[in-house]
Amino acid sequence: MANEVCFRNMDQDRPWLLEQYRARGGYEMLSRILKEKMPPEKIIDEVKASGLRGRGGAGFPTGLKWSFINRNAPGHKYVVCNSDEGEPGTFKDRDILRYNPHQLIEGMVIAGYAIGATCGYNYIRGEFWEPYERFEAALEEARSAGFLGNDLFGSGFDFQLHSHLGAGAYICGEETALLESIEGKKGQPRYKPPFPAHFGLYGCPTIINNTESLASIPVILEKGGAWFKGLGVENSGGSKLFSISGNIKNPGVFEIPLGTPFSELLEMAGGMKEGSRIKAVIPGGSSAPILPGDVMMDLTMDYDAIAKAGSMLGSGAVIVLDDSNCMVKVLERMSYFYHEESCGQCTPCREGTGWLYRVVNRIETGRGRPEDLDLLDDMTVKIAGRTICALGDAAAMPVQGMLKHFRDEFEYHIEHKRCLVG
Amino acid sequence: MSDDQMVTVEVDGRQLKAKAGTLLIEVTDAAGINIPRFCYHKKLSVSANCRMCLVEVAKVPKPLPACATPVNEGMQVFTRSPLALAAQKGTMEFLLINHPLDCPICDQGGECELQDVALGYGNDSSRFVEGKRVVPERDIGPLIATDFTRCIHCTRCVRFGAEIAGVRELGATGRGEHMEIGTYIEKSVDSELSGNIIDVCPVGSLTSKPYLYSARAWELVQREAVAAHDSVGSNLNLHVRRNRVMRVHPRDNEAVNECWISDRDRFSYEGLYSGERLLRPLLKKGNEWQEVEWQDALEAVAQGLKRARGTSGNRLGALLSGNSTLEELYLAQKLMRGLGSENIDYRLRQSDFRSTSATAPWLGQPIAALEALGAALLIGSNIRKDQPMLAHRVRKAALEGAEVTFLNPFEVDLNYRARHLVAAPSAMLGELAAVAKALGIKGKLVNGVEVSDAHKAVAESLKSAERSTVLLGNMATAHPDFSLLRSLASDIAEASGSILGFLPESANSVGAALSGALPGDGGSNAGEMLGNVHKGYLLLGVEPTKDSWNPAKAQATLQQAEFVVALNAFRDQGLEQVADVILPIAGYAETSGTFVNAQGDWQSFGGAVAPAGEARPAWKILRVLGNLLDLSGFDQVSSEEVLAELKATLGERKPDNGGVASGEEEIRLNGNGLVRVGDVPIYAADPLVRRAESLQRTKDAMAAGIYINAETAKTLGLAPGDFATALQEEGRSKLPVFIDATIPAGCARIPAALAGTETLGGQIDNLTLEKA
Amino acid sequence: MGFKNIPMSTVKPSENKQALFNAKIRAEIDKWIAKYPPEWRQSAVMGALMIVQREHGGSLTPELMDNVAAYLDMAPIAVYEVGSFYSMYEHKPVGRHKICVCTNVSCMINGADQIVEYLEQKLNARLGGTSADGKYTLKEVECLGACGGAPMFQIGEKYYENLTPELIDSILDGLEE
Repeated sequence: MANEVCFRNMDQDRPWLLEQYRARGGYEMLSRILKEKMPPEKIIDEVKASGLRGRGGAGFPTGLKWSFINRNAPGHKYVVCNSDEGEPGTFKDRDILRYNPHQLIEGMVIAGYAIGATCGYNYIRGEFWEPYERFEAALEEARSAGFLGNDLFGSGFDFQLHSHLGAGAYICGEETALLESIEGKKGQPRYKPPFPAHFGLYGCPTIINNTESLASIPVILEKGGAWFKGLGVENSGGSKLFSISGNIKNPGVFEIPLGTPFSELLEMAGGMKEGSRIKAVIPGGSSAPILPGDVMMDLTMDYDAIAKAGSMLGSGAVIVLDDSNCMVKVLERMSYFYHEESCGQCTPCREGTGWLYRVVNRIETGRGRPEDLDLLDDMTVKIAGRTICALGDAAAMPVQGMLKHFRDEFEYHIEHKRCLVG
Repeated sequence: MSDDQMVTVEVDGRQLKAKAGTLLIEVTDAAGINIPRFCYHKKLSVSANCRMCLVEVAKVPKPLPACATPVNEGMQVFTRSPLALAAQKGTMEFLLINHPLDCPICDQGGECELQDVALGYGNDSSRFVEGKRVVPERDIGPLIATDFTRCIHCTRCVRFGAEIAGVRELGATGRGEHMEIGTYIEKSVDSELSGNIIDVCPVGSLTSKPYLYSARAWELVQREAVAAHDSVGSNLNLHVRRNRVMRVHPRDNEAVNECWISDRDRFSYEGLYSGERLLRPLLKKGNEWQEVEWQDALEAVAQGLKRARGTSGNRLGALLSGNSTLEELYLAQKLMRGLGSENIDYRLRQSDFRSTSATAPWLGQPIAALEALGAALLIGSNIRKDQPMLAHRVRKAALEGAEVTFLNPFEVDLNYRARHLVAAPSAMLGELAAVAKALGIKGKLVNGVEVSDAHKAVAESLKSAERSTVLLGNMATAHPDFSLLRSLASDIAEASGSILGFLPESANSVGAALSGALPGDGGSNAGEMLGNVHKGYLLLGVEPTKDSWNPAKAQATLQQAEFVVALNAFRDQGLEQVADVILPIAGYAETSGTFVNAQGDWQSFGGAVAPAGEARPAWKILRVLGNLLDLSGFDQVSSEEVLAELKATLGERKPDNGGVASGEEEIRLNGNGLVRVGDVPIYAADPLVRRAESLQRTKDAMAAGIYINAETAKTLGLAPGDFATALQEEGRSKLPVFIDATIPAGCARIPAALAGTETLGGQIDNLTLEKA
Repeated sequence: MGFKNIPMSTVKPSENKQALFNAKIRAEIDKWIAKYPPEWRQSAVMGALMIVQREHGGSLTPELMDNVAAYLDMAPIAVYEVGSFYSMYEHKPVGRHKICVCTNVSCMINGADQIVEYLEQKLNARLGGTSADGKYTLKEVECLGACGGAPMFQIGEKYYENLTPELIDSILDGLEE
């Protein structure tokens, strides 16, 4: 069972067109909700029942997030979609924007209705120019067809939707940095609390959800929360898009039910490249601690199973590494990334990510010292959990994962000033 | 949960009560529990970026920043538990990896928050062996020295700019490790409050440029003082080394200056050490000035005054500065009255004396009340530059939604949104009358005035606000129809239920009025004294070509006097042209005394350093003069004794704004032709600040010139860069022309008190311009 | 003191906005401005910088950022902050084609290093540099979210995936002079 939700239109020709989306019953859910004036609580309850958890990486229950908004609070409220896809290894939201933009739009309008918002923004990363144009075209179609704008379906409900284009900053995938960015500032995360549900965009109550989460909404409501939940397993309702890449034959995005064995996913992606053996897998984007290949082969792809193994499902970005890879080099590249993308606001991240990178770089370039591994361990403890946002944790976890499973490679590097592999 | 619900929290085993939602660090600060911090500042928004104040909170796995964590009932906090200490020490290690170890050559050394906290939370050796970050040198102007290599990115200075100074000049550009505080491009920081970023900076990134490398913190002795420029009376700490004021810091006083001071109050001390400081008494012999002994000088003064007085004290006049202390002013007027003269005045920048002089104009309300205003009308005021700390309070109110209106002869530059009624000086009266008319006020001034929507809106804002005020500023006082503006303002205040207030010009304007430095019955006011030649004059702290309303006339009048004695801290060319004796007086910080500020606080201070050279405190000089002139009641042995005497004389008398209108409603300033707007720029206001070198190099130290709008320039055939001759009844001066769109038609702004304006006439008066 | 969230707009809106940019640029920026609440003109700063950069040869200068600030009634420093924060804004002149090569993990383990090496040799320019003829600027970027097509790069607005030296040759041959 695959392609039930966000990818259910993948068999269509030019599935991004409104006409095609309508052919599959698109915008009917929205029309029904508005015509019936469905109580917003009912929508939120259905989303809660679906077990949908934030698909951007944090996995926070979507329905619960929506319920934090006080619908009756005076003033504006906002729905914001996080299409700032930037977690290394993740490339699923790009496909939703390219191939199923209307389902996202419908999901956002429904979300707006559910929380009492009349305006939404879709934050698309700046490099995604082509998906942005695709999404803009869909917005135009939806506006002309009366699915966006004022008095939708004669219900009196207004909803405006715009896209906002980023300009190159991983940190804007963090929800409050994203809000700051829409507000025309540097993308520096805000301290929480207050949470966006109370103090979000322009200081107004705001929900921020991942592209995939919002695009799942119309189908969840159409087929029912229980149906969606039933696709997956306990604590991991529904199906999910997995971006799988690395040393494999057919990398790509696959929609599969949560709880599917990793081995099946790997098979769908064509298995390992000719002549290579699986060494390790990063199961949920580069911030998720790496796991040895043999551990992964026994795991299922759901929140609990991956967490139990000491990593996280994250955004569902699976990077498969074969045994030709030097783990020191891989970590060096990942650490460089967090160092490069730290916003610079808070001390442990600004100073710590640079230090982490320099120490790993030292080891990689044959200048490592025996005490460096303890230093790395200690630094990760001093960064993780002490920063304003999760980037500190994201920088620390790959280091911790690597040192847990591949410490010997690092020790070898330090001692022999060269690689264990190759 | 209601906002004022009280909760109990436990911090390190102590039970503390606080309002629910108060930030934890505020609760611990109030209880004297020290949590280290760098980015938190009680007057700035929370940024929670330094992570130094991380503490352990029961049932929360991660340490939380005390600066951003609101307290709630039953919360259990541990500020020094192993988790908290590990977090704090971890942050400290990160902060130090890129911080240079240049403490021995850093001006912040010895008073550095990072240094202090590192002592308690740092390690004695670093595990960081990589190269440290270096930031190239940046010049942000004459007041603040920068070394951003030392920066720990707390962003206090950036937040100060945005939130308090109200101008975003500094920012944090770049990202991550490459984030830099600065102006990004080569640019100076120009806010009149800029020096406060020196204080908020926890490290040596922002330090005082005039003070740079001149002393170490531990060599300095701290002395309390009160600022000597505007009427706020900001509380100061002077830092003194070997009898020299090395720098000035604010002293917290929530009711006066909070924890801030203006740049004028911070950097004017440099004027004390100007090359123009008068160090010995000067006596004019023939046309030559000679340094003489005190004894000779004082005897010359006593004889000169006696001779000029002849048989009538009426032939003498005293012109006193509002920046003098209460004690000085009191003894000066006592001396004059002892000699039988009622010709005494401190209002040298006023020309219209039609309303009664027996009042002591003041703010009419506490300074702090300004921030709770719902509406304000400021008449003839550039409050931001004239009384910067009062402006800060008004800005706070404006940011909270107060409707603030300015009626001015040019559009003043503000750091918040306000309504501007801009009118040439001759039209200001009409504008004010229109507001009065909108409030239903009747009378000769109001008749025939047209009321616009803007006037109605101003009237409505004052009437509907729960708390509102009508304030008269420096340019109103200098207006030739001041008494009419004042009477309309008073009517408007009454009709709209607003408080009438004045924005007194000088540090001791209110005190001067209380001390008796005003003409008595039949006495001449400042205008009369400088308009009609008197035989003898006593000048105290006054430089007539800069400190009087009509310098050309003042100078001409004084020149014809038989005898002029000046008590001044500086040599001054204008003074030397007219005086016969100049006595060197102790400057600011060199004498004890008292100022009464805008809200009526009597703030006494001691001398922090000995007077320069042979200068003496003016109150002592006046006391000796009293003795030499055989007057009784000049036996005080201390300034405190002088003060006590004044207090006894005053009894219950307080400042009041109740001036009685003369009933005369003739409009004196005609609107024919051009009118000069001669406001006094912030760094030209008094003899001390005019000699403060670094301030004179800032952008606010504006050049003397003729500022007119493009239309006016065109009509007169003038272009920017041209020189033109400004002609007034008594005076003239050739000055460069600047085009300035904030100046309305019909007037030319030619600021007063600047070099080049000494030969001009009235500050606000008719003018013609000729291309030179 | 609590948290603050107010627009950073200047006190006096700048006059004569027409003089700042040509009509085309203004029209495009105005479209962005229209998306946001009127008091949050500054929300259009990222859009405006992108447009202005594109219309001025692919990079920004302090003067251009000043004009954006004036157009949006922002303090110039607020625009510098944004302009210097996001990696897609350039502050040095760039070639007519900016080649942004992803070297992050998925691309790296699929040969991004060789792609970089090939490009450096072919263009005779280092990462961060511009070819002598001013045609290409080579830039290392972080994950572009196209790991399924690793190794990949972006030129202008377009992604090119599953790169090989041969493919690179034909891509570059197909670009405008």
